[in-house]
Amino acid sequence: MEEFLQQLTNGLAVGGIYALLALGYTMVYGILRLINFAHGDLFTLGAYLGFTLLASLGLSGLASGLLAAGVLILLSMGLVAVAGFLLERVAYRPLRKSDRLSAVVSAMGASIFFQNALMLVYGAKSQVYPDGILPEASLILLGTEVPLTRFLMFAASLALMCLLYWFVNRTRVGAAIRAVAIDQDAARLMGIDVNRIISLVFLIGPALGGAAGVMIGLYYGQITHDMGFTFGLKAFIAAILGGIGNIPGAMLGGMLLGIIEALGAAYISIAWKDAIAFCVLILILIFRPTGLLGERVADKV
Amino acid sequence: MNLARYARYRYFPLCLGGVFFAIMASIPWLLNEAGAPGSGIAQLDMLNKIGIYALLALSLNIILGQTGLFHMGHTAFFAVGAYATAILNTMYQWPVFSTLPVAGLLAALFALLVAVPIIRLRGDYLLVVTIGIVEIVRICLTNNIFGITGGANGIFGIARPVIFGLAFSSPRQQYYLIWGFTGITVILFYLLEHSRFGRALNYIKQDELAAAGCGINVARYKLAAFCLGAFWAGMAGTLYAANIRSIEPTSFNFFESVIIFAIVILGGAGSITGVILGAFLLIGLQDVFRDFSSARMLIFGAAMIAMMVFRPQGLLPARRRHYGARRYLGKFPCAVRRQCGAAYNPYAEDEGDCV
Repeated sequence: MEEFLQQLTNGLAVGGIYALLALGYTMVYGILRLINFAHGDLFTLGAYLGFTLLASLGLSGLASGLLAAGVLILLSMGLVAVAGFLLERVAYRPLRKSDRLSAVVSAMGASIFFQNALMLVYGAKSQVYPDGILPEASLILLGTEVPLTRFLMFAASLALMCLLYWFVNRTRVGAAIRAVAIDQDAARLMGIDVNRIISLVFLIGPALGGAAGVMIGLYYGQITHDMGFTFGLKAFIAAILGGIGNIPGAMLGGMLLGIIEALGAAYISIAWKDAIAFCVLILILIFRPTGLLGERVADKV
Repeated sequence: MNLARYARYRYFPLCLGGVFFAIMASIPWLLNEAGAPGSGIAQLDMLNKIGIYALLALSLNIILGQTGLFHMGHTAFFAVGAYATAILNTMYQWPVFSTLPVAGLLAALFALLVAVPIIRLRGDYLLVVTIGIVEIVRICLTNNIFGITGGANGIFGIARPVIFGLAFSSPRQQYYLIWGFTGITVILFYLLEHSRFGRALNYIKQDELAAAGCGINVARYKLAAFCLGAFWAGMAGTLYAANIRSIEPTSFNFFESVIIFAIVILGGAGSITGVILGAFLLIGLQDVFRDFSSARMLIFGAAMIAMMVFRPQGLLPARRRHYGARRYLGKFPCAVRRQCGAAYNPYAEDEGDCV
């Protein structure tokens, strides 16, 4: 039971990260039908920017560690959003009219570009976030000591997701985003500036990715320039698991994948941890290709 | 006679291929004559590497370029072939050359197993699943599955191939083996491209629904293309294992898949000439820019974006295919005339190329 609780909370914390990343994938896919392969690397960029900000601004001197973490996440979100905006302008917008394969290759190129740019700037070695930003206290849950950071991670990702959910479902701009996802031409006829909405999505998605990057840096303490590939792929699997293009689906998929992975690593084998997500992917595509919450029937050819 | 018209001639590909392989055959001799240090061993090694990537890209071209399936997991089949050869050779003392068909068959069988459940998936889903397959294969190899893959260290001490008592051990002999195999592959794949099977694949790529309407069993043809491509990738794995002599899981990571994918797309999907050109450019230039070490991958990524923005069809895209339209001109004059415009007279003596 103790082991189970530990793994469950760990899975929820990491699942929150997957969910934040999956939201970026699912929003872009919902609007452009494009897998933004560089999204995972934007996440890494966020982690490294957080690292640099932490070192240069001396945020750890802030009164409360939590406040410092919050400021860090916000700053990193802003910067990564700009990177995402530029990415869409340079690598995706010129390809809007050409076939999907070109966009996929362009996305791959962008991913390689970001990954190697980070390696050139920060070196191939992993970087370590300084200690003591997040409180090291523990909570007693059902008689088990669980680190508080897990709950903080979970709460932070949940808060961001609720904010996004509110934004997409309750504001005018959110309605425009949903309209563009359903039918671009009809949305244009209704006076929606489609290009602007796409740019906006490429601001929101990477911002969430950047936040996830800082959070993973604070949680694991260690970041590498190529971690975006694995995290990105798993987050994409989470998006498919929940039903791609579906925002609550991405949240659910991320959490589920995090829990499945943590429990699988604990009870099956830690060496096969990375393979579990891919097995989940293959199973979901065979048995329910629309994902758990996907209402729209994916056009199986 | 302008070049475009000339290029349409039936024997043009033959001439091009002949000239290319004549040049390739004379390269070791040329390197020797030019007095390259160590008889140009470094250059030959590089060309061997290009040859293996060309083979891989040609086999991926069947799946990606000709059938239009988004398959980014080709390294998995390559790995299966290479490991099959390594295991059979080092553990069961099979001669390397006799493992060639086995490696191909095992890779094809593996492809069949993984492709059956996913072959009907739409484009980008297939892409993600095939990426997943590469990762699963790599994790299996690293975790020493069945206790025969040697874990993270891989397998070393693979023998050189011997054919009829002739050992292919020096770089030059390896060169002739690899490029000889590539030459045979090009001929076979060229014939395949224009066979009934190849036309069916092309039809599926252009319009799946119409192909199904014409009685092509789309799923079965896709599977066949998958298995054929995997078969060839498996054999390329044998050549790779025999050339490099020690293999490890990191040689078969996802990034290799991206490179092979990029060779096909940047060279020109569906075009054999384009794919070979792509292999030379991507692998050769990587070697030339080795001094820039990490920055070269940065350039590689930027070049991929630039290429897609400015020339998405690739350097030498496949030309539209025409199959003896002339034969049918007299029979369906109205349809043909509509296509060719008023300038066409179906009863004229001189049959113009109606395209």
